[in-house]
Amino acid sequence: MRSGKITYRSIIFFVVFLIGLVFSIPSFMQTQSGAKINLGLDLQGGLHMLLGVEVEEAVKSKVKSIASSLSYSINKEDIIVDKIKVNDTSIEFTLLDENDIAKVDLLLKDIKGLAITHENLHYTLSLTQEEIKLTHEQAILQAVETIRNRLDQFGLAEPNVARSGEDKILVELPGIKTATDEARARELIAKAAHLQLMEVDDVRMDQVNNLTPAQAAEYGDLIFEDAKNPQIKYLVKSIPILDGSMLTDAKVGFAQSNNLPVINFTLNSEGAKKFGDYTGNNVGKRLAIVLDNKVYSAPRINERIGGGSGQISGSFTVEEAHDVAIALRSGALLAPVKMLEKRSVGPSLGADSIKMSMIALAGASILVIAFMVMYYGIAGIFANIALVANILVIIAVMAMFGATLTLPGMAGLVLTVGMAVDSNVIINERIRELLREGASIRQSVENGYKHAMSAILDSNITSLITSVVLYAYGTGAVKGFAVTLSIGILVSMITSIVGTHGMFEMFMNRMEKSNNTRLWFGYRRP
Amino acid sequence: MQFFSQKHVYDFMKMRFAAISLSFILFFGSIFILFTKGLNFGIDFTGGTLVQLQYEQKAPLAEIRKALSANENLKGASVTEFGGANEIIIRFSGSSDSLGSDIGQSIANLLKDTGKFEVRRVDVVGPKVGDELRNKGLMAVGISLIAILIYLAIRFEWRFAMASIVCEVHDIVITLGAIALFEIDVNLDILAAVLTVLGYSLNDTIIIFDRIREGVKTSKNSKLDLIINESVSATLSRTTLTTGLTLITVIVLYLFGGSMIEGFALTMIVGIIAGTVSSIFVASPALLWFKFSVMDYRQKELERVKKKQEKEKLRSMYEKGTV
Repeated sequence: MRSGKITYRSIIFFVVFLIGLVFSIPSFMQTQSGAKINLGLDLQGGLHMLLGVEVEEAVKSKVKSIASSLSYSINKEDIIVDKIKVNDTSIEFTLLDENDIAKVDLLLKDIKGLAITHENLHYTLSLTQEEIKLTHEQAILQAVETIRNRLDQFGLAEPNVARSGEDKILVELPGIKTATDEARARELIAKAAHLQLMEVDDVRMDQVNNLTPAQAAEYGDLIFEDAKNPQIKYLVKSIPILDGSMLTDAKVGFAQSNNLPVINFTLNSEGAKKFGDYTGNNVGKRLAIVLDNKVYSAPRINERIGGGSGQISGSFTVEEAHDVAIALRSGALLAPVKMLEKRSVGPSLGADSIKMSMIALAGASILVIAFMVMYYGIAGIFANIALVANILVIIAVMAMFGATLTLPGMAGLVLTVGMAVDSNVIINERIRELLREGASIRQSVENGYKHAMSAILDSNITSLITSVVLYAYGTGAVKGFAVTLSIGILVSMITSIVGTHGMFEMFMNRMEKSNNTRLWFGYRRP
Repeated sequence: MQFFSQKHVYDFMKMRFAAISLSFILFFGSIFILFTKGLNFGIDFTGGTLVQLQYEQKAPLAEIRKALSANENLKGASVTEFGGANEIIIRFSGSSDSLGSDIGQSIANLLKDTGKFEVRRVDVVGPKVGDELRNKGLMAVGISLIAILIYLAIRFEWRFAMASIVCEVHDIVITLGAIALFEIDVNLDILAAVLTVLGYSLNDTIIIFDRIREGVKTSKNSKLDLIINESVSATLSRTTLTTGLTLITVIVLYLFGGSMIEGFALTMIVGIIAGTVSSIFVASPALLWFKFSVMDYRQKELERVKKKQEKEKLRSMYEKGTV
């Protein structure tokens, strides 16, 4: 064959180039199907939040819920106790009858994770260290799950909710367009959706406006405001009858009397039994329906309520009722979350950023490509083909692995254009050197690659080390930059070392025949 | 086309005192600036809130400041133009950790009489996160320096590793000095730029060191400064070309990349220039300071080659069955 030979190098390059071309097409053309490159929130607009989970709160509510079921069992077993008191992490109560000790011990045996101490008839129950740790862990996992469920039902495109580090949750909502949407999403996440059914303390209810929270706590009570009118206050027993963990469903409905939206909820069998038992034994008392520490209604119990369903009526708009129902359905947050970091980028800024970096990428590419041809002749063209392949493959690889292209990533891509030709500059300079020393073209090319190799490898490996470290220790923006840079370095090893070598081999015979080093290498032999 | 005659050996080592003096001035000048002016840490590292607004016309800075001062928390907020006269950034140190409140919305309400605008970006970073990001950033710089040091010590020799670290520290300090001088906001992007400079400057250094190592083995000269001259001259074309091309791309990035990457690009421009100059005038002379000995290295290489040959001899004897 006149034009030289096709070697394994050119085949590898051809395959890589083809892969790059085929798999980067979907990213360039929105209409094409296939894996597209993920645009970071800074490029498409959207909301990025880092949430902290207040795990201590989960421990408190765990203690409360243990107290609530203990109180239920104690009543059921007819054990007489002085009132049960709940502190942040412990429960205290005093038995009145020595003969009940055995019964209580039997009850307590069924509850896991408790450290029990008792002096005579006075019991102190506290959570063990392992149980506290477990509760923290559960609170975080459950929060991730709950927030994910809520956002899924909210109907947003591809929300991303992931645990980040020990006790943080990363939430990314691409494509949030308006401030109202953003506010709704944030409220939906923040909503603790902590439903509690509580007994109103009828005995002291008339003193409620004169009591401080501390005084109320003395009686084992809590003061809650009415959801509609904060002036109205309720005094309720601090240990709930049951809470939202026993909820199986929540739906928006409309009240028959005034056609306002209400939320109908259903309890699981355990909840239904407790609810039935309680209402059966307490006809005439008032039951407060408390959502996120606000009383929505406090109806008087007229009869035993079986079947385990109830209703929250209150000052809801349809939209609010809808969001509350989503929140209740997806479960309560065991622990409240707070915002540690929030970044929101408007869609217009993202579009501007893409436009600007595209201009930069195109501008840099044109300048580099033109210069390489001017300086190195056909060898420069080879380097340019490798460069184009390099960019295409980076985009293809990022699309295939679902990596995210961020603004710093774009900068990394532009920078790759400048740095990717480095290998070819090193190689071509070596070839020129050998030509100057009088070696044949074939020898110069072969030995040029050989001589250049150690420098190229060393420099690429060190660059790779820095970008791997960047990836490991970086967050968000820095990670995006590191990903593009490392893929760029790895790909350039194939395109600019193997690929250009293959091209030289393909044209070797023609090169030797013409013997025009100026045309091929942009350099006249002295 | 070619820029440098490849035959000519330039006497870089003669220029080194002048170059080193310049480096000294820049290095200590940067340290001085860093101590007096200090780095402008952005909210990524300090925590705080940043709101970017784009007006349809020129942003009325005075009115904006006046409107903001109505709010107790926003009294101390800084309002600066960003990129052009239409776009502004409002920064203040507070941050709210409640999911319910939206600072972007409340600022928009405060400013609604100052003209038509759009809220383009709202960043809120809590102080704890800022701390964590800063620690991680420092960790990243430290670990990459150590990893590189180890790699170079294995691939070259410990003096080469030391020399390249001297050169790295030089580049980082000068780059940071420039960041302080130009009052660039230090955030995560800038950290990425600094780390890229670190990698880039190392690239340059390694390619020259590779030549020096080769020269030590093959050159007719046995004086280190002469070998350095030869090696730096031989790689001069490559150094100028690559630096030139990278510089072009970064300058294009600076000019057309938009205000979001301006700081990043400026940092890179300074870093690339410092990195290139230092790999010629700092890294190579540093080899001399650390008393790298050509003769010792050749001796060691010779022994290594000898050992290898002996091993091969033994093996071939073994394979032939003569042992």
